[in-house]
Amino acid sequence: MTATAPAPAPSPGKTGGKADERLLRTSLLRKLLGRPELGAVVGALAVFVFFSFAADSFLRTASLSTVLYAASTIGIMAVPVALLMIGGEFDLSAGVLVTSSALTSSMVSYQLTANIWVGVLVSLLVTLAIGVFNGFLLTRAQLPSFIITLGTFLMLTGLNLGLTKLISGTVSTKSISDMEGFESARQVFASQITIGDVNFKITILWWLALVAVATWILLRTRAGNWIFAVGGNKDAARAVGVPVMKTKIGLYMGVAFAAWVSGQHLLFSFNEVQSGEGVGNELIYIIAAVIGGCLITGGYGSAIGSAFGAFIFGMTGKGIVYAEWDADWYKFFLGAMLLLATLLNHWVRKRAEATK
Amino acid sequence: MNGSEQAAEQNPQRDLQQDPRQGPQQDPQPAPEAGEPLVALDGVSKYYGNIRALEGVSLEVHAGEVTCVLGDNGAGKSTLIKIISGLHQHDAGTFSIEGDETRLSKPREALDRGIATVYQDLAVVPLMPVWRNFFLGSEPVKGVGPFKRLDVERMRETTRAELLRMGIDLRDVDQPIGTLSGGERQCVAIARAVYFGAKVLVLDEPTAALGVKQSGVVLKYVAAARDAGLGVVLITHNPHHAYLVGDRFILLKRGTMAGSHLKAEIGLDELTRQMAGGSELEELSHELERLGPA
Ligand SMILES: Nc1ncnc2c1ncn2[C@@H]1O[C@H](COP(=O)(O)OP(=O)(O)O)[C@@H](O)[C@H]1O
Ligand SMILES: [Mg+2]
Repeated sequence: MTATAPAPAPSPGKTGGKADERLLRTSLLRKLLGRPELGAVVGALAVFVFFSFAADSFLRTASLSTVLYAASTIGIMAVPVALLMIGGEFDLSAGVLVTSSALTSSMVSYQLTANIWVGVLVSLLVTLAIGVFNGFLLTRAQLPSFIITLGTFLMLTGLNLGLTKLISGTVSTKSISDMEGFESARQVFASQITIGDVNFKITILWWLALVAVATWILLRTRAGNWIFAVGGNKDAARAVGVPVMKTKIGLYMGVAFAAWVSGQHLLFSFNEVQSGEGVGNELIYIIAAVIGGCLITGGYGSAIGSAFGAFIFGMTGKGIVYAEWDADWYKFFLGAMLLLATLLNHWVRKRAEATK
Repeated sequence: MNGSEQAAEQNPQRDLQQDPRQGPQQDPQPAPEAGEPLVALDGVSKYYGNIRALEGVSLEVHAGEVTCVLGDNGAGKSTLIKIISGLHQHDAGTFSIEGDETRLSKPREALDRGIATVYQDLAVVPLMPVWRNFFLGSEPVKGVGPFKRLDVERMRETTRAELLRMGIDLRDVDQPIGTLSGGERQCVAIARAVYFGAKVLVLDEPTAALGVKQSGVVLKYVAAARDAGLGVVLITHNPHHAYLVGDRFILLKRGTMAGSHLKAEIGLDELTRQMAGGSELEELSHELERLGPA
């Protein structure tokens, strides 16, 4: 408890009319600076302005739709990964879990020659079970989530490739586009919505819905209070009766649910799944959450911030293409964004605390 | 991930009894017959591996009384209260709550049985706003089904009002609790315990890090809790603080009981002398005298 602002607080005696004089410092600016997503919003604006000048085609609505699509595929996963980080944990298996989820629905439906929805539901159960496994192992073993999920990451990577080869004979799944239920599943996970003459991918809706639900949970429910608490001070949370284990398992199930949505999107937009995909994406989700203002040590952050983080990814990835630059610059750009956003977040938090 | 439902399942009893909508428990508790302590430890021992942290310690906590536990650093004071608050289990002896012999397996159980603890390493989450900390673990909700949500206005209002009752006039209950002073945080933790209707309030060295004035505020609150009919366990290594509010005094020394007194039986001087180790203190003063002129 020594890591607090050194400001000499007023004595806890009756202060009477003195409250007004202290109120002076409570300004709107301080409120704004106190928001975790501030860095990401500023960063997103900067990137947007930059590419508006650097690439002529960047400002067209069709480009906007492409950028939003790219952002949504990252953003869907960045939301639960951000919640998990606020809860004080990581999930390195999140990237390959998306692939596992897609492989499961495809192969279950194909092997059983069943309606596609059977595979999709089995996949939901399997994916959630992996989330529960991660969370349960973590809370039982009391080991850092970095180690536990590194283990599941490696195991899933191996299983994805091994099982697919064993069952399909190749590294990708068979086409399922002529199977019963494919069309309706595609409507849900991989369709397009036309507004004016521009097509928007449905993942954008999934993304916005997830951000809204996650924000509601974080700020307005008991579970949200517990997420902040288990990430901010696990022992304190336990001491006042917060169900720490349930909260953490719930967070891993959230990641699993989003991985299921992403996996189904992959499957129904490409119809076949490459079993080696997804490796490395877990870091992209984590970076989006960190750019979005999540404290890597837990206890602080927001779901909206992660959305801006994902948006920065989308704009950078596509902006570089529109500007006709070499794609190698993408990684450099993101690294710089990560550093800048983290530094800005750090500085802002220090400022916000110093003004009290 | 519907938290409110999880909580309700986990803890229906408390939610029914303690629906904070009906306001905090402010009426004095009916005093139980004398001789029926709220909490009683008898010959309790606790070992951390081969470290003997406590050996044969006994104490009683009665409604409307303050039981003080005094002892030097490392005497086992925190260990003692961690048994009462459900963080640790005792290895020998008996622990009873209102006459029932018990063994608490987690803090939630202690809370449900009316024992609230303010830990030395204060149980607050520094980055969370004051009002969220105040209600952490016992958040009031409104609405039904998936729309069940925190009753934010009431949480804010109550926090402000309860802290004002303790003489803390917060300009902003939204500020992270980590930005409050030590005394203010201590008062928030105490106010929270009292608000949720504790029968027994356990305080681990609440005045250790505080200035004179803030210590006074905390001690006043301890007296107020006692007068409201709560049983209080006050841990301290300051005999002056203990003597101001205490009714019973337990002295711990390297894990064992070095004394147990009622207030009527012992004066402040004697308490201070025993606490400081009696003859050891005299020896020390001789040593210092000899060193002095050199
Ligand atoms: N979790 C633990 N594991 C091992 N030893 C402990 C643990 N907690 C406390 N101890 C030891 O038990 C003794 C009593 O500690 P404690 O109850 O914290 O003393 P106090 O609160 O009176 O200063 C000390 O010697 C301490 O080192
Ligand atoms: Mg102690």
